[in-house]
Amino acid sequence: MNKQLKVVTRTIFLMFIALFFAVTMIQVVNAESLRANPSNQRTIMNSFDIERGAIVAGGEPIAVSEPSNDAFKFQRVYSGGDMYAPVTGSFSRNQGVTGLEQSMNLPLSGTGSSQLLTRLTRIVSGQPPQGSSVELTIDPVVQQAAYEAMNGLEGAVVAIEPKTGKILALVSTPSYDPNLLASNNEDEIIANYKALNEDPNRPLLNRAIAGDLYHPGSTYKLLSAAAALESGDYTAASTFANPDKLTLPGTSSVMQNASRTTCGSGDKVSLETAIVQSCNIPFAELAAEMELSAIPEMAAAFGFGQELEIPTVVTPSVAPLPEDKAQAGLSSIGQLDVRSTPLQMAMVAAGIANQGRVMTPQLVESVLAPNLSTESEFSAKEFSRPISEKTAAALTDMMTKTVSDPAGTAHLAQIPGTAVAGKTGTAENGTDENGNDLPFTLWFTGFAPADDPQIAVAVAVADGGGAAHNNEASSYELTTAIGKRVMEAVFGQ
Amino acid sequence: MTDARTEIPTGEQALERIAALRAPRLLRNLELSLMLFAIAVGVGAVILVDLGVRDRVGSELVPSGAALIIALLLLHVVIRRTAPDADPLIVPIATALNGIGIAQIHRIDLYYELTGWGATAIRQIVWTLLAVVIATVVLLVIRNHLVLLRYTYIFGLVAVVLLLLPMLPGIGKETFGARVWIEIGAFSFQPGEIAKIALAIFFAGYLMRNRDSLSFVGKKFAGIRFPRGRDLGPLLVFWLAAMSVLIFQRDLGTSLLYFGLFLVMLYLATGRTGWVVLGVGLFLAGGLIASQVFDYVNRRFQNWLDPFHDMHGVSYQLVQGLFGLANGGMTGTGLGQGFPQETPLAQSDYIIPSIGEELGMIGLFVVLALYLVLVARGMRIGFASTDDFGKLLAGGLAFLLAFQVFIVVGGVTRVIPLTGLTSPFLAAGGSSLISNWIIVALFLRMSNAVRSRPKMVIRS
Repeated sequence: MNKQLKVVTRTIFLMFIALFFAVTMIQVVNAESLRANPSNQRTIMNSFDIERGAIVAGGEPIAVSEPSNDAFKFQRVYSGGDMYAPVTGSFSRNQGVTGLEQSMNLPLSGTGSSQLLTRLTRIVSGQPPQGSSVELTIDPVVQQAAYEAMNGLEGAVVAIEPKTGKILALVSTPSYDPNLLASNNEDEIIANYKALNEDPNRPLLNRAIAGDLYHPGSTYKLLSAAAALESGDYTAASTFANPDKLTLPGTSSVMQNASRTTCGSGDKVSLETAIVQSCNIPFAELAAEMELSAIPEMAAAFGFGQELEIPTVVTPSVAPLPEDKAQAGLSSIGQLDVRSTPLQMAMVAAGIANQGRVMTPQLVESVLAPNLSTESEFSAKEFSRPISEKTAAALTDMMTKTVSDPAGTAHLAQIPGTAVAGKTGTAENGTDENGNDLPFTLWFTGFAPADDPQIAVAVAVADGGGAAHNNEASSYELTTAIGKRVMEAVFGQ
Repeated sequence: MTDARTEIPTGEQALERIAALRAPRLLRNLELSLMLFAIAVGVGAVILVDLGVRDRVGSELVPSGAALIIALLLLHVVIRRTAPDADPLIVPIATALNGIGIAQIHRIDLYYELTGWGATAIRQIVWTLLAVVIATVVLLVIRNHLVLLRYTYIFGLVAVVLLLLPMLPGIGKETFGARVWIEIGAFSFQPGEIAKIALAIFFAGYLMRNRDSLSFVGKKFAGIRFPRGRDLGPLLVFWLAAMSVLIFQRDLGTSLLYFGLFLVMLYLATGRTGWVVLGVGLFLAGGLIASQVFDYVNRRFQNWLDPFHDMHGVSYQLVQGLFGLANGGMTGTGLGQGFPQETPLAQSDYIIPSIGEELGMIGLFVVLALYLVLVARGMRIGFASTDDFGKLLAGGLAFLLAFQVFIVVGGVTRVIPLTGLTSPFLAAGGSSLISNWIIVALFLRMSNAVRSRPKMVIRS
């Protein structure tokens, strides 16, 4: 029977080797990614006792940990306040940790793997643990300009440096003061959180990268035009029939241009004119001629439907495949089920600006250890290359005319001495129970200078500008002006 | 040379010298010093937990703990008297594991601020005390393991009755969907834990008597020789009864354990690999069918394959356990410094991740190594045993321990799907402690027989 006993002993050894292996995999090899899991409360709880690193924008700290004389040892203070809340998020003891505080928690609390050496040195030398500070790509001047321009409005602004993907501004309004959720008094936090959460203005929503997403409206025509140009079958001069009403194929619903008339004069209208004057009918015609999947595929190449972390998690924008030509027509002008974050539309503008190369948007410029040595530094990463340089140049040309042409919808974005490229959007949001139109979502997206882009921007304003504008503001004026102001902030420096 | 050469030893003296060579008396002193070390590990761990959680050393575990230490020393005295040649590593390893378990349970108690009889650690100490006393009694009553052979069928019957007890209305209790507990007043017990020993004894006895007819008689079919119904029948009846009861009680872990025990003991007795292959194949097929038919089995498969798809729902516990292990990393957070309480059942089913979090990978390796050495000692008894019954029983019990550890640790580390079983000696739970300490007593008894035999031969 000893032969059998030997076999069983070997089997037992194999079983234990499997256990040793599994334990090593979890506790050593995969430990870092498990610790970084956003749902891992232990990582957050571990960081409460540590002097958290600062979050810095343009050399100024916007979130710091200050020593406190209570049981918690430290108190997080947000000098950036409401303006930076969508960027920093908040570090709350019992209402969750959000924004960069969450996505950069490992370096901020000094528990990342790249900080192992720092950590060990500190243990040996007996110094208390300290987190690293995180320097942002945010340009405080642009952030400030965007935040002030959005004063009193509901919506978001995102500005990107097209050549690198650095996020220069990320604003969501109405915002909240993260200090309300970061105090060391738990009852206070719970009461504040409850108030913020029940506020009808929904200040906790980060509309720039998450929230409910918006219909992109006519800004989405850039993607429809990109799909057409990239197919090789169309140029800016390609023409379409120019009626003042179009019955969508297979339905009884009628599409009109925003002007309620034809798109300029003449029986035919060019793709370029359709962009410059932002007409709907030519795009519905274009969509009906192309494959149903052509435009959603172009949108996906620019980032729609894709996971993205900046490093905070971005809600993917959606561009579903239309079922028929009628749906394709409505989708081609950014309506129906097409929804987007302002960050996504900024990526579209930035990709066109950067000769067809979309750079991955990033918020972190560098991570600095407590001894000021650099633990990690920004490196530009290409996200995708959805269109050729030629297509990008053609789109840039059309967008520049949209601003420079007196009849162009974005002509108010003109900046003297600088060529600006832009596109407006006015998205419908259906009707209320009485059949009246719900207030529109207003958009502007663009970049400047057109020949050597320094900044790409996307602006979205909900509810037609809100009560201050009687819910009837126009994208030609309101959002275009905001976009211009944000772009000027870069050149003013 | 010296004068010693002229001193020719008498026959009696020579025998004594040979006996001393064969079985050094140091064995028991070695056991005593290892036991004291194991006790020191347990006590030290409790003190570290106290310091880690509340910065002071409490006294609530002292009375029961002292009683337990006395019981352990008493067991040692009984071993010296009745099993002087027993393996010296078995009791110290069980003591060390038990002590680490008590410290970790105490750590969770402190988080929930449980005191007195509400404290799981105190109940665990009292259960351990009872288990050690029962082990002592077993050692005193059973002076030769072959006695057990006489009651083969009685043990088979006892196993089935014990398994059926939780189905009785009035005393049966359902917890977490499994009906494996009996409850009489405040006293609750998992009879399946004791049944596993009875079943192992039954298998050993039955297989010893029938191994020849099982191995060599019967028809060959598809390259595998199948035994006659009259040889395999009784075995299958007992085993099927046990399995069906368990499946009815929804206790997946125990059914897997019993199935493994059955296959391995059958293999030990007959040496037929074909049956093992067949058995494992049948089990996998059954598991696949069950996962399609039974919702609760399917969920466990889903959690195993992708625990993160519903980490706030059904796989919350598994994911929390993984997070805990990751938090511990290589060296652990230190006793009392982690957050094992975040994981549900951190004292019982999930004590392994609790230990892994606070003592790290190194701590878990130590625990696994302790188990491995204990199992190896059991297998060693099987190798050295001179009778087939002893070989089968020792091999079966050693495999039982090893397989239980594999199911538990493999479940929380995603080697296999998670099923509810307790880690031997570590996890909170009286039934498991009693059954594992009985295994310790049986190991002691059998190892004593193995080691003292050469001496008896010489004496006779």
